[in-house]
Parts: sequence; C-alpha cells; structure tokens
Amino acid sequence: MPLDRSTIRRIARLARIRLEESEAERLRQELDGILAWVEMLNSVDVSEVAPMTGAITIGLKMRPDIVTDGGDADLVLGNAPERVGDFYTVPKVVE
Amino acid sequence: MSYHIEGRDGPWEIVVGMEVHAQIISNAKLFSGAATAFGAPPNSQVSLVDAAFPGMLPVINRECVAQAVLSGLGLNAAINLRSRFDRKNYFYADLPAGYQISQYQEPLVGKGALSIELADGSTREIGITRLHIEQDAGKSLHDQHPSKSYIDLNRAGVALMEIVSEPDIRSPEEAGLYLRKLRTILRYLGTCDGNMEEGSLRADVNVSVRRPGEGLRTRCEVKNVNSVRFVMQAIEAEAHRQVEVWEAGGEVLQETRLFDPARGATRSMRSKEEAHDYRYFPDPDLVPLTLDPAWIEELRSALPELPDAKKARFMAEYGLSAYDASQLVAEAPTADYFETLAKGRRAKAVANLMLGDIQAALNRLGQSFAATPTFPSEAVGALLDMIEDGTINGRIAKEVIEEMEASGEGPRAVVARKGLCQVTDTAAIEEAVTAVLARESAKVAEYRAGKEKLFGYFVGQVMKAMGGKGNPALVNETLKKRLA
Amino acid sequence: MNLTDLGLGPARRALGRREFSARELTLAHLAAIEALNPRLNAFLLVTAEEALAAAEAADAALARGEGGPLAGIPLAIKDIFCTKGVRTTAASRILEPFVPPYESTVTANLRRDGAIFLGKTNLDEFAMGSSTTNSAYGSTENPWKRRQDPAARLVPGGSSGGSAAAVAARLAIGATGTDTGGSIRQPASFCGITGLKPTYGRCSRYGVIAFASSLDHPGPMARSVEDCAILLCSMAGHDSRDSTSVDVPVPDYAAACNKGIRGLRIGVPREYRVDGMPAEIEEMWRSGLAWLEDAGATVHDVSLPHTKYGLPTYYIVAPAEASSNLARYDGVRYGLRVPGEDLIDLYEETRGAGFGAEVKRRILIGTYVLSAGYYDAYYLKAQKIRALILRDFTDAFAEVDALLAPTAPSAAFAEGEKTEDPVTMYLNDVFTVPADLAGVPAISVPAGLDADGLPLGLQVIGRPFGEETMIAVAAQLERAASFTALPALRAGSPAI
Repeated sequence: MPLDRSTIRRIARLARIRLEESEAERLRQELDGILAWVEMLNSVDVSEVAPMTGAITIGLKMRPDIVTDGGDADLVLGNAPERVGDFYTVPKVVE
Repeated sequence: MSYHIEGRDGPWEIVVGMEVHAQIISNAKLFSGAATAFGAPPNSQVSLVDAAFPGMLPVINRECVAQAVLSGLGLNAAINLRSRFDRKNYFYADLPAGYQISQYQEPLVGKGALSIELADGSTREIGITRLHIEQDAGKSLHDQHPSKSYIDLNRAGVALMEIVSEPDIRSPEEAGLYLRKLRTILRYLGTCDGNMEEGSLRADVNVSVRRPGEGLRTRCEVKNVNSVRFVMQAIEAEAHRQVEVWEAGGEVLQETRLFDPARGATRSMRSKEEAHDYRYFPDPDLVPLTLDPAWIEELRSALPELPDAKKARFMAEYGLSAYDASQLVAEAPTADYFETLAKGRRAKAVANLMLGDIQAALNRLGQSFAATPTFPSEAVGALLDMIEDGTINGRIAKEVIEEMEASGEGPRAVVARKGLCQVTDTAAIEEAVTAVLARESAKVAEYRAGKEKLFGYFVGQVMKAMGGKGNPALVNETLKKRLA
Repeated sequence: MNLTDLGLGPARRALGRREFSARELTLAHLAAIEALNPRLNAFLLVTAEEALAAAEAADAALARGEGGPLAGIPLAIKDIFCTKGVRTTAASRILEPFVPPYESTVTANLRRDGAIFLGKTNLDEFAMGSSTTNSAYGSTENPWKRRQDPAARLVPGGSSGGSAAAVAARLAIGATGTDTGGSIRQPASFCGITGLKPTYGRCSRYGVIAFASSLDHPGPMARSVEDCAILLCSMAGHDSRDSTSVDVPVPDYAAACNKGIRGLRIGVPREYRVDGMPAEIEEMWRSGLAWLEDAGATVHDVSLPHTKYGLPTYYIVAPAEASSNLARYDGVRYGLRVPGEDLIDLYEETRGAGFGAEVKRRILIGTYVLSAGYYDAYYLKAQKIRALILRDFTDAFAEVDALLAPTAPSAAFAEGEKTEDPVTMYLNDVFTVPADLAGVPAISVPAGLDADGLPLGLQVIGRPFGEETMIAVAAQLERAASFTALPALRAGSPAI
C-alpha cells in the first residue's frame, strides 16, 4: 500500500519534525521506495522464530543503590539554550 | 448490600479498576546515581543520564528491582524470572529522552491479589493484574512566569511501580479500601512511603457503569487523583456522569479525564486528546532482566509479617475484636507500639486506651504512634499500670492524658503534682457516701421504692464529692451496702 | 623520513627510545592537518592547544619511563565520541553549540593510555550514511584519486569518513570510528586503511552519541592490523556505565598478529557472491583465499542463507532505534533551539531546522515502522529475521574459524553518484551490515587496487569475542597483500 501525504504528515507530527511542502512530497516518495524494498522480508517464514533484541546474551547487570551523581545544577543546565535560575524553560504549556 | 446507582429506569452497577503509581523507596534513581529526596532545589538531583544527554546510558538500580519484587511478594503475586524494559515514546517538556523506560510486554510481576474488609465485616479479593517498574517524569511548573513553563528534572528517572488491578472494584468504598490497603502493604514492606500529598502514591481510576448482569461498557480513565477521598469522590462523580450520558441516549467515549475536587466533577483532558501512538519497543540500551530464584527466595524470607496475618494473630493471640485488630494493624508502627505495651498487660485495656484517649490526643498534637515524643510507649505503659493497680481510675486517666498533652510531663509526675491518686481509704469513702445519701434523701426514698437506675446517679455524686478520685469499685461496694 | 608516515607500532617504539618527542610527532601531524584539512575537511575541529599540552605531558611521562601504551600517539576522534569540554556535534546542526561536560569511556581509555587527540573528525550526520556527504559541515574528500579522472572528488565512505581520510592522508596515526552498518569497515576500504569493528559489547558505548543502540560498535581505524589491535587493547574493556558492555578480559590483541593461521578453517560465504560484483573484487577475494591457504589455512564453502535480508532488516531496525534515540534533541536542554509559538512548535521548528535530509528520512521511517498497526509487520518481523541472521553466523562458526569476504561492493565513488534514490546508497552496506546485526567482530584490510587505482578491502569476520583469531587472519592477509599504494593527497605529498 503506497504511502499517502497525510500519513507522512502524521508521522512527521509524531516525530515532531516540521516539513516544508516540497520536502513532504520528496520524503513520501523516498519512504515509499524504502518500504517497497523492505517488502522482500515478507518472503521469509518467521513463524517459529523468537525476535532478537540485541547481540548480548548476558543478563542485565545491576548497580548498587548509592548516590553517585547529581548535585550540580550548572552541569546539567550549562548547555541549555534558555534557562531561568536553575530551571529549564519552554513556552508556557497550557494543560 | 451491594452498591448501585439508581438510574431513571433501574439500577446501574459500577466497574472500577485502578492503576496506582507508587514511588519506590531508594537512595538513587532507577537508572542513574542521582538522589531521590523530595523537595530539593530545582535540578539539583539530576544526572546527565536523567537529563538525557547524548551518549548517556541507563544502568538499573538493584535496590529498585528488589523493592518491586518485595512488593510483588507482598501482593501474593507471581514474580517473573525474566522481564524486559520497553521505551514508551512521546514528546513532553519534562520527559528529557523523548521516551519513558517502562515495562510493557514483559512486566516484572504478574497476577496477584489483595483482600479488603468492608464495613459489614465481610472481605473481598481484588485481583492484581500486574506490577511493573518504570521511570517517573520531571516536573513542569506553569505558574512561575506569564509566558514560560519551568522544568525541574529532580523527579525525572525516580523509580515507580505501576500496580494495575483487575476491574474487580464495585463501589467507591471498595476503591478507597483497596487504595488504603495497598498503601498499608507497601508501607509495611518499606517499598513506598505512600505519601499522596507529595505524589509518592498516585492513582488513575478506570470507571465504567453497566446494568447488572451486562458485559463491560466503555470506560474512562480519571488521571492523577491524589487522595483516597478524592478517588472515592471521583468514582462517584464519574459514574453518575456516565449514567446520565447513557440514560440520555448518548454514548460514553473512551477518554482520559481529570477530577476537579473543587467542583466535585470530572472533565475531559482536551489538551491530551491528540491521538497517542507510543511506539513501544524493547529498549536496546538494556538487556532483559533475569532474576535468580535464590535471590527471590532470599527476599521472600525477609518479608515482614503483613497486615492480614498480623490482624489474625492479634485476634488469636490477644483476644482482640476484628475491629480493634484492624485499627491496630493499619500502620506497622502502631502495631509494634501495641505489642510493646501488651507484654504483661491486659491487651484489651491496652487497645482501648490506645485507640481511644491516646489516639485522640495524638490527633490533636499531629503526632502518631510511629513518632510521639509526648506519649512514648513507656509513659503509656506506666499510665496503664497505674490504672491496673488502682492508683488512678479510668476517669482520672483521661485527665492525666490531657495534662501530659499540655505539659509534656510523664504520667506519674502528673498524678503526683496534681494529687490525682485514687482514694482507697474506706473511711473517706464512707464519709462521702454518708454525706451524699443525707443530702439526697428524696432520691434515696425513690431508689428504695424500686427506681434502681438511680444507683448510677449516686455513684456520680460520690465521685464528684471526691474530686473524681474515689476508687470506683469501693464506691460501688459502699453504696450498695448502705442502700441495701 | 617523515614523522607522519610512521605507524603506531614504529612510532611507539621510537618515542620509547626518545628518537623524537611526542611534541615533535604532534606538531608534524598538526602541520599536516593545517596543510591538507582545508581541502579534505576530514577534521571538523582541531584541538591544537590541547594536543600540544597532552604531548608535553606524554613527553614528561615518557621521560620518567611511565608513559602508557599510547603515550604520545596522535589520534583523530570521530565527532560522535563525546569529549569533555570539546565541542561534539555528530556532524549535525542540532548539536552545533554542544560542549559535553563528560568524556566517552572509549576516549577516556585512550587518554588514560597516553594518547593525544588532534581533533574531531567529520562523519555523516549522526553516523547515518556511507559517504560522509550527509554532514551539516560539508563533505569530506577521499585523499585517493582515480588514475583516469584525478579531478573527481571521491567520497571517503562513511559514516566514519573523516577518520578514514585523516588516517589515510597521514593527518593522524590512528582514529576512532563507529560501525553501525559498516561505518568503520566501508570507509576503511574506500581509503585504503584498516578498520576494526569489535564484538558488540567489547567497547563501551557510554558517551558515544547513539544512532542505533543495538548496532553501534565503537572501534579503531589505523594503517595496519597491528595498529588497530594496539588501539583496541586500550579502547576495549568492561564498563559498568553501559548495560550492554560485556565483562570479558581484554587479551593482548597485538600479540595475535603473529599467531599464524596454520590449520585454521576459513569460510567463504557463498551468498556474498552477488550479481554485478566488479571482477577485480572477485579477483581480490580469490587472491585473499589463496594467500590464507598458502599460510596453512583451509578454505571451506559456507552458507549464510539470510544474507540478502540483512539490508532491509537493518533499514527497519536501525531507523526504529534512531527515531527514539534522536527524540532527545528537542531544543530544551542543549543544542540548537529554534523559537516557537508553543512547545510543539518549538520542537517541530528545532528538529525541522536541526536535522538534515537523511536523518529526517530515517527518523520518519523509524517512526512509521514502530507506529500502531505496523510494529508487527515491520519491526517485530525484522527482529525475527535478525535472529535468523545471527543463527546463520552461529551455524557457520560451527564449521569454520573465520569468514573472508569483500568489505564493499565497489571502490570509492564520486560525490553525486549513487544519490538518485536512498536505496542505491544503502546497497553500499550489503556486505558489512550482517556482522553488525549479529554483533560479531569484523575487520577490513586493504588488499588491492581496482583498475582506477583505488583501494579495495577484504573483511575477516570472526566469532563473538574471537577478535584474536580474526586479527591473526587479517595480519596474514596484510602480509600477503603487501599493500603499499599511497593516496594522492597525503602529508608531504607532491600533489598538494
């Protein structure tokens, strides 16, 4: 099923990326091509296969419950494009 | 008697399930080494992992896993030896990575159950669907600036347990009992402090209504209700709203709503109406969590006695009523306080004093059995001993408690200073009785003519004449003898 | 002799003998960068002052006899490794102003061992690409030239194209790279150098800007197998800050270069023989097998039946992870912010302006394949096929000790070629992607030249944590190939 423009718009909105009109059409065609190409996976029978999530077979390592970090607001705010005091700021969110 | 809403043309039943977010007690966050304390200056408890700096990676805190396992065990739930973390993707200012690490497909804890005790003494089981671990988000402050929201990430990454119940709850009362019971269990386990004001326990309530015997109708989720009372009110309000919608021929839409306690009503969260598509997928920064069964057994063996078991034991061991036992086990420190006092004393007397005058005094002082400088167990023990050995009577005890509350003195000091020792001197009692009977000759005549309930009146008058300090047993005995 | 011509091993020995100082070696490389980088654009940032300060420290340490294994060795760092106090951009506009207050584990390990960082190298934005043309800061030029068409500006491959070009042009003795779909090996092949992608979990990802977490492999790039092995010894190791880092001891990889390969079984994956493969690549592959046989190995036909599904699988899994990994670039806590009327507007403007075309393409693909109703058909299916690809390797390694295959289906191409549609460009990674999906180690070694005089690489693929055997085979290839050709553009070359 070919991608339509509204799907591209919806996906771009989900990904929070502003697209120019011309960009949207170009991306629609490119994504359509990529999706058509990956269709070849449909020829593989995976009914008996468990999905792989990564190349690691060891169990999850856990760290001790010790405070080793934080305590330096300037470190985390040092790169902020905008701040007021020790807060990050964004345009007001109306709930 | 089951709970119903009387509709225009017949009764409606309500169906409620709860999703409770409980903050796990730990020193550090779920995936970073930043601290979790409440009320710290903004962004002072934030690691670069919490702020989702490029290349930062999560490493799970073992204690948070242990706490969640303990909670699962406390809810008689199955612990999954293999679970997994997924990313829930959405953009929000206080969600730094653009995703929340949660457990979607494979939660840490599976099915369990919790029993609640209704006002009529009957009990009900509420099923637990699952319990999983996830990260909390940060906090947006919208009221600090006319055109900006401020973002504080101190809470971002703090470990939460999401505890999901089955839709087994059938009344606001049951919802309140469920939430209270869950909180009690978590507090017993030490896995969540249960503080709803500080947001360490938050409830989302799924409410639907139906005609008795029907299948399920559409439900609405009422988000972030932050007290037991509000949960009960929110359910009541939302259920009534839905009944009205259905009875007006309308359709209840599945949506997220907010409870407005001031209006006592729920409202739609229009700002969240944009369709969510969370695009869950396994977090590739974390491998599946596999637990050693031996570790789970180790945690199980460290489980404290839980409220249901403790209540049963209090009834069996101390001969307490179900009501008193429930009251005493609602908080672990209260139960401990009771057991300390009950050693070598009459348990019923201990329970009565604790749950009566002492509890009332603690409420006035804003103290609790967990931490009371005014009524340490030694002091209350001394008070009980003075009642038991007849040094003071119950009425005086009340006065002593009030005095302790006011002055902070110990009970023996109060009794000594105010001369409240009970009078057991029979001559003094005889003297008071004689005086009262002489003064009340008319009533004495009535009594002798058969109006026996006047006996209590005479006791009261004698006690009054003695400043309340007469030994009640001796006063009774003397009066009986003299009126015979 | 020009100091910039020294490999890591020889430079290290000479520094140890105090034949020249780390300062002299660093100055020689800085001078080469100054001369060539304006043309190559291999470095996005040159940290000359820091490098000289580190060189002096290395000289002092060497004088005390305390220099670490890399004391005084000038390296180039792909600008996807966060370096404390040094701007790190991932070649993206969105990170233009970003100065990390932390150091990646891999670069910290290199510093610990005395390495000197000359600067940060160019790459395809967020490592998404095979040409280093997808950089917000201009493309990198391959220092090699076609004999017949020396004016053509060739790509260095990608995404670690800046590192590959810098090492090939002798602007650095070695470099760091990351390989997600071939981003170390393919540029190494295009630039005539050696690039090693270790086993997943061997090198920590902490502080490496993520593209696709389950596929990102940091690794070394240098001008010999031994040099890569020495660098890997420093870069590798368990890191408690990365949950996917594996706690396996780090052996002496350099020693493996001289282990010999007698009796080893070398597999030839028949599915890598694809239609339209240039004859000279087929020829080189055959030569490579013959060289290994001459050294006492035996050659065996093996099958990796799901190879052809590798690329489409990769182009579902990698964008899916990327779409989530790149959500953090939102203009709130660091990096670019484009003001907006409201929060959503701010996000959309910032990300619309901050990301380049390829990054947007992959974020959108990734968002799509994870979205409601499509997850099972795309992402879940791809992860199942990924399991089959891993099984192919597991089965093959039951029969053989290592695999030999070409690194890329072509030599370096010119900028502007292969851009008609994204899929054509993606096909560059056809031989490199399977090892990334399976997490097995692989190394590309320059093994010959094509008719245009451009380098071609062969890759050796090893068992998980079988780097030593893989290195032994690669070192044997290197000895037999005796690849001595030099790029036209290099430090001190007459072409400049």
